[in-house]
Amino acid sequence: MTQWALVALIVAGTVAGDTLQSLEMKRHGEIHFRSGGLGRLAAKLALKKYLILAIACMAISFFAFMTLVSQADLSFAVPATAASFVFDTVLARWVLRERVDVKRWMGAALVAGGVALLAL
Amino acid sequence: MRTDERLIWKTRLFLALVIVSQPLGNLFLTIGMKHRALGSPWDYVAAIFSPYVALGIALLIVWLLSRMALLSWADLSYVLPLTAIGYIITAIIGSVVLKEQISLARWSGTLLIVAGTALVGLTDPRTSAEERARVRASGDRA
Repeated sequence: MTQWALVALIVAGTVAGDTLQSLEMKRHGEIHFRSGGLGRLAAKLALKKYLILAIACMAISFFAFMTLVSQADLSFAVPATAASFVFDTVLARWVLRERVDVKRWMGAALVAGGVALLAL
Repeated sequence: MRTDERLIWKTRLFLALVIVSQPLGNLFLTIGMKHRALGSPWDYVAAIFSPYVALGIALLIVWLLSRMALLSWADLSYVLPLTAIGYIITAIIGSVVLKEQISLARWSGTLLIVAGTALVGLTDPRTSAEERARVRASGDRA
């Protein structure tokens, strides 16, 4: 597989994982840490299907990252996978319906520009 | 020690852990994975249990847990710009330890990504209208 195809797989896994995780955690509501609450929380979260799917996506992303660093430079692999910021922002706007302000779009655009420079 | 002083030192310690553990984890992962033949899923299992890859994964677990802990008391907008330094540390490690050739374009790309990440960190962490209303309501009660 070419290096950019691996980057695409890593980014897709990360973005799908992040979005599903955020979706499930927002549905759960803010976590309050009480004594003994953590165990109950872990048990409750283990039953959520979006969260299980999110973890599977992150695992795929991690194995693809292992493959990428077996053949590409680390100084390429880490910044290239930062492209996930850009797609995370787009999905945050359209799937999670977060209000993304100008500064955040500018941040995502800067990251996109940075990743594009890596392709040179 | 006073509580606020303790919190400052705790924050500094965890921030250092978060910033350093990710590039170091990635470094050991890369050393362990370099030029490894990856044909079947078993090759991945064997890789995970090789010393360098295992050390890399252990450091990445430290990164994940210390970041979660830090985010439980510190603002994401404080954590995000500071941890973006990790991209620069990764580039320096790549150049110095792994002897990678880093072109001007790659350096500029990396710095743009740091700037972009830092910029996102300067925004309000909660942007949906309901969230803001909820936070405001709980503030009124306090």
